Amino acid sequence: MPNIGVSISLLVIFGGLAWLLIRSISGREVDRRIIFVFIFVAVAAPLLFPITFQEKATSIVRDLFDRIEELPEGSHVLISFDFDPAMAPEVQPMANAISRHCLDKGHRVIFMSLWATGQSLMTTTLTNVILPEFPEKVDGRDYVNIGFKAGNEGVLNVIVSDFKKMFPTNVNGVPLDSMEIFEGIESCADLDFIVALGGGRPGPKEWVLFVGDPADVPIGVGVAAVVAPQLYPYYPQQVIGILGGIKGAAEYESELTHRRERFADMETPGLHMMGPQTLAHLVIMSFIIIGNIAFFRKKRSGSDSR
Amino acid sequence: MNRSTYILTAIVVLLFIVSWTLKAVSLSGEVDDNITRGFLITISAFLTLAIFSFLYKDNPFYKFAEHLFVGVSAAFWMCQGFWSTLVGNLFPRLSEGLSNFFMVPYQYSPYNITYWIPVILGLLLLMRLSSKAGWLSRWPLAFIVGTTAGLNFIRYLRSDFVVQVSSTFVPLLGNESHPWTGIGDFFSHLSLSASGQFMMILANWIIFLGVICGLIYFFFSKEHKGVFGFASRIGIWVLMITFGASFGYTVMGRISLLVGRLTFLFRDWLEIIS
Repeated sequence: MPNIGVSISLLVIFGGLAWLLIRSISGREVDRRIIFVFIFVAVAAPLLFPITFQEKATSIVRDLFDRIEELPEGSHVLISFDFDPAMAPEVQPMANAISRHCLDKGHRVIFMSLWATGQSLMTTTLTNVILPEFPEKVDGRDYVNIGFKAGNEGVLNVIVSDFKKMFPTNVNGVPLDSMEIFEGIESCADLDFIVALGGGRPGPKEWVLFVGDPADVPIGVGVAAVVAPQLYPYYPQQVIGILGGIKGAAEYESELTHRRERFADMETPGLHMMGPQTLAHLVIMSFIIIGNIAFFRKKRSGSDSR
Repeated sequence: MNRSTYILTAIVVLLFIVSWTLKAVSLSGEVDDNITRGFLITISAFLTLAIFSFLYKDNPFYKFAEHLFVGVSAAFWMCQGFWSTLVGNLFPRLSEGLSNFFMVPYQYSPYNITYWIPVILGLLLLMRLSSKAGWLSRWPLAFIVGTTAGLNFIRYLRSDFVVQVSSTFVPLLGNESHPWTGIGDFFSHLSLSASGQFMMILANWIIFLGVICGLIYFFFSKEHKGVFGFASRIGIWVLMITFGASFGYTVMGRISLLVGRLTFLFRDWLEIIS
């Protein structure tokens, strides 16, 4: 059934594109709403009739994965949820995959957020991933949610030298001093690894500028696709690895399912989103080609008539 | 609003009620909880469709959703500002009584007196609302701009300039993992592997030439002719490829958002996918 659905969808899309090409070549205008319909079908069809692709992690993603893999058990990893629901479709799969990986490796994970909206998304990861999949892990010993703190870069500027000055308690009001996970952690410089997830300001870039470089703490980032190109210049000197958009999330999920047996059958929203992505990109590339063909044909016919 | 708009609005309201009822019935759990969850999912779905309706043309449903979003956002951020900045950061350092009132732990420090400075600056910022004393709001604004500039200057200078310049000094023939041992060795071990010496050399040459040519494009003190002009044209290509990569990533991001909304509509609302 899904194969028939996929075939019909592809037939509709590429038949429509052929019609669009003929229409463009004949010099007739195409209503912008037709373009929207194409994109809708290209995205909706693979969701209704799932198409999955094999993803192989690129070195920039594998470097981040390997760093978490190579850290000794019990290492302190901080994961910052600096994003909002608008970025969640891209960044939440990264957050879930990295959280799973860290806890499975036995690292101690500190969850925090520089965005008010990040707090509820952090709760989503804790409720949907950590509590059901890692019931043996103890809050305050294996992981802790210290919540959101207002102040943007100001927060980073303080925690780089004194963590508890900015976060005296966890999200439930329990003092950090009383928690096993915070033994030996005074500032960000005492952390073994930081994963900054986001796509706005403050976000991964600010983590590099205000914490990673001054305190010399290794940082890995997972970012919304729109800002990924801004982070590439930092790789590999200033950031260990980058997960760029849903492609980065899919590659990380692929690496996790292949290299950690426990997660062979885990939910992979990132990989599932690559079907709609691929088809939508093919359609957009076809638009660009059709548009260029029509443009050059019009230009040529214009010069011929002169 | 004309008659057809009233009829359309009535149909949408009717569809909303039907959808809400069906959703509440389809959910498993307590009845009261199902009614609330059914309402939230249905309103989310209808607001999503209202925003999408702009793609067809501007309409009252889109305007309603847009205004609702702006209003809710403004209210949300105002509440967040109060509870996270004032209650979360300021009151615990300002007064034990206020801390107890808002049930946040008091953080005593002999330097807490300095927190009256942001209180005064914050009040001065509100002077903007007054036509006569509005000029006073420029003082805290100047403080904000000055502090931000001062904080960022050092960080950006270090991370975005000094470290970036040093990162551009890349080995053009070999590095620690692939030392250059002569042209004979290079060709005898030639490999197109991403981690091989050939690809490392190629990538480093692209960085080196890309930076030089990109800088030449922005150097206007010499006419872009001859070799200089050629390098400048290469610089344009480098910039265009960079912008193309950014555009590609932007498309990917926007498609991901659409996938997110459609997944919500198909899975959470209509329940036609698992």
